[in-house]
Amino acid sequence: MTTPDAAIRTYRKGASISDKDALILEDFKVYYGTPRGTVKAVDGVNLTLKQGERFALVGESGSGKSTLAMGLMRLIRPPGYIAGGTVTLKDKDLTDISDEEMRLTRLSEMALVPQGAMNSLNPVMRVEDQISDGIIDHLGPKESLSKDDMTKKILELLNNVGLRPNVARLFPHELSGGMKQRVAMAIGISLKPSMIIADEPTSALDVVVQRQIMQTLGRLQEGLDATILLVGHDMGLVAQFADTIGVMYAGRLVEVGPVDSVFSNPKHPYTRLLIDSLPSLDEKKDFVGIPGLPPQLINLPSGCAFEERCPSRFERCPKEIPEALNLGDRRRVACHLFENEAK
Amino acid sequence: MSAFIELDNVSKTFGGGVFNRSSMVVAVDNVSLSIHEDQPSITTVAGESGSGKTTLARLLLGSHDPTEGKMLYRGKDFTKLTSKERLRFRREVQPIFQDPFESYNPFYKVDHVLEAPINNFKLASSKSASKKLIEESLEMVGLVPEETLGRFPHQLSGGQRQRIMVARALLLKPRVILADEPVSMVDASLRATILQSIRKLNRDLGISVIYITHDLTTAYQISDNIMVMYRGTVVEAGTVDAIISNPSHPYTQLLIESIPQPDPKKRWGEEPPQSDWELTDDVLVGCKFADRCSKVMDECKSIRPDQFKIGKNQMATCFLHKDAGKLSDDDLTSTFSYAETTNEKA
Ligand SMILES: Nc1ncnc2c1ncn2[C@@H]1O[C@H](COP(=O)(O)OP(=O)(O)OP(=O)(O)O)[C@@H](O)[C@H]1O
Ligand SMILES: Nc1ncnc2c1ncn2[C@@H]1O[C@H](COP(=O)(O)OP(=O)(O)OP(=O)(O)O)[C@@H](O)[C@H]1O
Ligand SMILES: [Mg+2]
Ligand SMILES: [Mg+2]
Repeated sequence: MTTPDAAIRTYRKGASISDKDALILEDFKVYYGTPRGTVKAVDGVNLTLKQGERFALVGESGSGKSTLAMGLMRLIRPPGYIAGGTVTLKDKDLTDISDEEMRLTRLSEMALVPQGAMNSLNPVMRVEDQISDGIIDHLGPKESLSKDDMTKKILELLNNVGLRPNVARLFPHELSGGMKQRVAMAIGISLKPSMIIADEPTSALDVVVQRQIMQTLGRLQEGLDATILLVGHDMGLVAQFADTIGVMYAGRLVEVGPVDSVFSNPKHPYTRLLIDSLPSLDEKKDFVGIPGLPPQLINLPSGCAFEERCPSRFERCPKEIPEALNLGDRRRVACHLFENEAK
Repeated sequence: MSAFIELDNVSKTFGGGVFNRSSMVVAVDNVSLSIHEDQPSITTVAGESGSGKTTLARLLLGSHDPTEGKMLYRGKDFTKLTSKERLRFRREVQPIFQDPFESYNPFYKVDHVLEAPINNFKLASSKSASKKLIEESLEMVGLVPEETLGRFPHQLSGGQRQRIMVARALLLKPRVILADEPVSMVDASLRATILQSIRKLNRDLGISVIYITHDLTTAYQISDNIMVMYRGTVVEAGTVDAIISNPSHPYTQLLIESIPQPDPKKRWGEEPPQSDWELTDDVLVGCKFADRCSKVMDECKSIRPDQFKIGKNQMATCFLHKDAGKLSDDDLTSTFSYAETTNEKA
């Protein structure tokens, strides 16, 4: 248990995050080797997640969010590879341990709900068998569960994600996209992990179910005091759920901070434009995205990657890659505009 | 003139043999609607996940046969089309599938996804014309052609794969696009860019768009009309302005209330009531939403509500509105309104 003064205030009602580091990424790099050159999908990310923190990673499609999530679990397949940096989980550098040790760490500590998780279900197995397989896999050598207890457990998990009991007997092709996604979530949370990595867990769901699932996930997470890394595009969901937000652009983290202060006062021009482009139900306004395309990750510019599309650019931007500046109050931004505000 | 596509009291039921009636699911329950070529609009289909949106799209695509009712294409029963008519239909009605991970063959480069329809439908006269078409459509969805072509599907991010499916539909310039969650995996800025290009096709070329989505805010920004589904039934339909400003079915109200606001100060309230789904479709007689409805009345549990007309541009299947009278035409699109377009027929 953490003492109150070691805790960090969050916007979340009745909650504070401990000051204990759960996961630290230092200069983390994941590249893909391709015939045309190296795709620098994650290029030097520094990030610390605290125990019990809900961290949301957002950013342009293709900016490296999934690669970062898969990379830190060492689930990147060739031609992808970890090109540098460290990932520290509970004082262990995950980039430095054996494959077997990594496998055990994933089993006991980390749960992944991958992007498009609904397709990871086995098409010829009933839902109940897929869930029980996951649970049995993770039982210790001397543990066992009676048939009744297993059935109870499965129904409880389905109920947690808002699925009716008869879904247990169905095959994946008999479920809608959203229902499959919920089954994948149920499997993910069945193992009581201390670190949950969820890549767009609810993008296939209606907002009512979304709210149920996120509130369920939140409850489970608080119960386990687990840390969550949520990857997503839905800024509404991020605002409702997360304590901290990180914004990626072209393989780098360009802004990090508590959700309330980032939403009310975004610093990086990309973050600001992203928040400005959110539509609302209050008025019909000009509905346009940020003009221009992101840079090719094979051939990153020598300055700021957002420079070409940035309305606030100046001479320095194309010449020099901006370093992450510490602005205080747990806020960081990588943009030359804020040089004078850095602490 | 007959409608371009029409669903005439269509239902689609899955499962539920003689021995297992309780596993029956009525995925689409007695829906009538029509899409007219001379009245192109963007129509959103929203609703619960599992409510039948994809099934409805598959019925419109002719890839599911109705269990009851009829699907008509240019006035003709779809099951009676000649092979020539079917080919024309396949050119004129283009799907963008919900799941960008499922719609690819992993052994083909993504180029194939775009080249195949160009060859099948002879859209280009030369190799270079074909290349130009492909590049244009990729740029419309914010993809860099040099960085995208030549790759296998697994070498692209989720949103990139999704955008290629959109590019494919744009390239074909059909009469109707059925877009099932086309932008669920891309960021807000790209969503706006892509939906704008879909809207431009709708306005400039008179292409009708069925936009299936969970994102009511983008639906409000780009669509003309909307229908909301719950357990196979269209519970509310009409113009998007009418429904967003005055949601009248309790399910639509719950849906709008649950939209996560991108503002940490406007928090979600309590968790919404869960459905207990005790009643399976084979025994359910009353309103399907009754078990979760905060305004439930006696009649709701025993009688299925009709489509009640709330105003010129709105209907809801809810007894709260029965005084308004029934919709005279079963066809729910009779509540829709259509924008002026500069319809140069392609
Ligand atoms: N196997 C691969 N080979 C080459 N490039 C790849 C490979 N996998 C991914 N990439 C590229 O790496 C970049 C980052 O991909 P990633 O999937 O991490 O993006 P993302 O931020 O999760 O995007 P989205 O929001 O669209 O899911 C993309 O530009 C993608 O094209
Ligand atoms: N091939 C099938 N066999 C059996 N049941 C099916 C089949 N396809 C769909 N269903 C059932 O029909 C219902 C509607 O499914 P559908 O995929 O149309 O929902 P949806 O509204 O598209 O949901 P989502 O938003 O989650 O994609 C669900 O209860 C689903 O389980
Ligand atoms: Mg991704
Ligand atoms: Mg669907």
